[in-house]
Amino acid sequence: MTEHRTPVSLTTVSESAENLQPLAKNPIAVERRIAVLFLAGMLLEVGFGWSYWVNSPSWILGATLGGGLSLMGIGLIAWGKYLMPRGPFVEERHDLASTSDERDAFAGAIIERGASVVKRRKVLGGLLGGGLGVFSVTALFPLIRSLGPLPKGSLFHTDWRKGSYAVDITGHRIHVDDLSIGSIVTVFPEGLQETNNGQAVDQTVLIRISNENFVTQKGRETWGPQGYLAYSKLCSHLGCPVGLYEQQLKMLVCPCHQSMFDVTNGAIPNFGPAPRPLPQLPIYVDAAGYIRAQSDFKEPVGPGFWERS
Amino acid sequence: MSKTIIRTKRSQKEALGPYGSLGKVLGELDDRLGMAKAGRTFMDKIFPDHWSFMLGEIALYSFVVLLATGVFLGLYYVPSQALVTYHGSYAPLEGMRVTQAFASSIDLSFAVRGGMLMRQMHHWACDIFVGAIVVHMARVFFTGAFRKPRELNWSIGLTMLILAITNGFLGYSLPDDLVSGTGLRIAYSIMLSIPGVGTYLAYFVFGGNFPGTSVIPRFFILHELIVPALIVGLVSAHLFLLVRQKHTQFGGRGRTETNVVGSPMFPVFIAKTNGFLLLVTGGTALLGALAQINPIWQFGPYDASKISYAVQPDWYMGFLDGILRIMPAWSFHNFGHTIPWEVTFPAVIFPGIVFNLCYAWPTIERLYTKDNNMHNLLDRPRDRPKRTAAGAAIFSVLALLFIASSTDVIANFLHVSLESVLWSMRALVFIVPAVTYPVTLKICRELQAVHDGGKRKTPNVVTRSATGEYLATLAPSVVDDVHHELEAELVPTFITADAGTSLSSTGVRSVER
Repeated sequence: MTEHRTPVSLTTVSESAENLQPLAKNPIAVERRIAVLFLAGMLLEVGFGWSYWVNSPSWILGATLGGGLSLMGIGLIAWGKYLMPRGPFVEERHDLASTSDERDAFAGAIIERGASVVKRRKVLGGLLGGGLGVFSVTALFPLIRSLGPLPKGSLFHTDWRKGSYAVDITGHRIHVDDLSIGSIVTVFPEGLQETNNGQAVDQTVLIRISNENFVTQKGRETWGPQGYLAYSKLCSHLGCPVGLYEQQLKMLVCPCHQSMFDVTNGAIPNFGPAPRPLPQLPIYVDAAGYIRAQSDFKEPVGPGFWERS
Repeated sequence: MSKTIIRTKRSQKEALGPYGSLGKVLGELDDRLGMAKAGRTFMDKIFPDHWSFMLGEIALYSFVVLLATGVFLGLYYVPSQALVTYHGSYAPLEGMRVTQAFASSIDLSFAVRGGMLMRQMHHWACDIFVGAIVVHMARVFFTGAFRKPRELNWSIGLTMLILAITNGFLGYSLPDDLVSGTGLRIAYSIMLSIPGVGTYLAYFVFGGNFPGTSVIPRFFILHELIVPALIVGLVSAHLFLLVRQKHTQFGGRGRTETNVVGSPMFPVFIAKTNGFLLLVTGGTALLGALAQINPIWQFGPYDASKISYAVQPDWYMGFLDGILRIMPAWSFHNFGHTIPWEVTFPAVIFPGIVFNLCYAWPTIERLYTKDNNMHNLLDRPRDRPKRTAAGAAIFSVLALLFIASSTDVIANFLHVSLESVLWSMRALVFIVPAVTYPVTLKICRELQAVHDGGKRKTPNVVTRSATGEYLATLAPSVVDDVHHELEAELVPTFITADAGTSLSSTGVRSVER
């Protein structure tokens, strides 16, 4: 066996050796300055303790703590750099690699011993491997099956149903006289305005664009009664709420990545990374003048996913 | 005649040997652990004196700050999405329905003594941590320190970078404020975008459709236990390999492939590095005290139907946000399926390419250069123009994407249309690296040709002789450079005092033998 560690050198060096001299030209002066730094640091830490005790504002706590630590740190670095032996010192590297005999002995131990054991007891090896293999598969079951429900069709639907009243966040039903032209409000199916799903999935923007029935696309002749248009508020890019409405351009803007949707033309995106229009919710005005849904959205809301056609 | 041993203080002291009671303790330890030889080698371990070796230390020490401040925050934070009515110390939120996670984050900032400082220090330390890792890796990359035998340590470092970014995002999500909730929404949509398994992945991570009530407790356990434990393990492996393989060093007088020249572990490096630990902690505390970061009480609690404007994620997520913004809306719909390419490419495939390229780089370079030798001396970046240019090009893409994460702010600030900013960014992301590569290559080759480039300039002293002849002679080298011109010595075991000189201020204890 060869020894691969640095041989310990019991060298003796005279104190006046050049490598042992401090870098500082005037060590006494440097020592004094460092002493001042340490002292100031200590005082600031006392200040930190005191300001914690009397519950000072956060910035005083941090300034005393951080100032004190920084001064002591600078002092310690200066001590190491200017007052300790300037060096340079050297150490030898040694080959990391072992000799070829040692390598062979190591590889041989693993491969030959392993082969002799496994070859003799093939059945045992196979059974053990099979058992561990089955275990490693079953061990994944709780990980994938208990963490959450399967998505199934849930991403294809929202809670909007035929006849759902559109309410604002406080639960107030939206009446046809509530919005003036150019106004916008976020609505939810009644009863779900304060739930997680209601806020995250069902959220819909209701915009009044005119006083007349408004048709945004062919086949949507009844969807815009008295100038009210309802679009899913989930951006088709990454699901951020499309919260900005450019009244003059009649555009909905997503603040996350600046996709813009043309409200008058079926919310087709005409700028930014969003790939699809915002789904439009078919609505009607009932006899009492309330805005209600004709049905659920006709397509999944929000960002794209694999199962979506 | 009786033999009595008089136990004086002096005789006791002499019985202990030249190194006193500490020497005796070390002896007892060596009896049991056999650590004297290895301990001595470790005391003599040489650390090269170049400033760029400090960048990794910043990362390490900001991680220490993260652990310390994180434990403090963990004592007060409640990882729950249960709704409560807020009655706490921050009056503007009084009576609002908020999650416990948000309420406890607000209260630990305002009601717990020192809580605000700790929260802000934690956030700053995280930004510094990731930044220091990136800069440290840039140093390692451009100087070729990743070459054989250190490829494994490069991979470990890169893994730590990915874990650091991940944990930064996880921690950013925990307060459940309006901005972090929007980040979660985007993360959910990115998971959804993965073809085939996306919906299952998102449902399993979030426990159902967004937002559900499971994600905060799950992210908490990942953020404060699992990922930090992984990082601690990898830091240990990183440092173990560093000691085993020893440091790289820049070339220079007396420095070869088979030695390391610099300062010894004890006492010089210990002093400097601990000073640096104090300085990093102190600097973080000053930032936490004086520079506000992530004021969640101004953002308000998360509400899936609300959103804020012109908010950027933490800087290390900027490149992802940027590429999501400038990616065209190329969604794939066919065969009854959708591949949201406008999300999958920028948020899944692109980072995958970048990080895998980093993992593969040492191998790629070895195959390309057919260089299978051990390398302990570092390259100067200009001496490896292709590598330097490639690195600069990659960095320029990432920097541009980072800038692209504020297209709206840039448009506002410059009073130009969002559309022109968007299209310029889309063009620049291809143009800039295409320009960066050849320009860097050229600069490197020019620098190679500079005589004595990179060395400290010494003035020419021009003298005129009596006959009118002008002579230029080099002035003596700068005094500080003498340090580097000394011959490197082995670290001595014993230092003997010279008669008549006293140099106690060297910081080295002199031992009489």
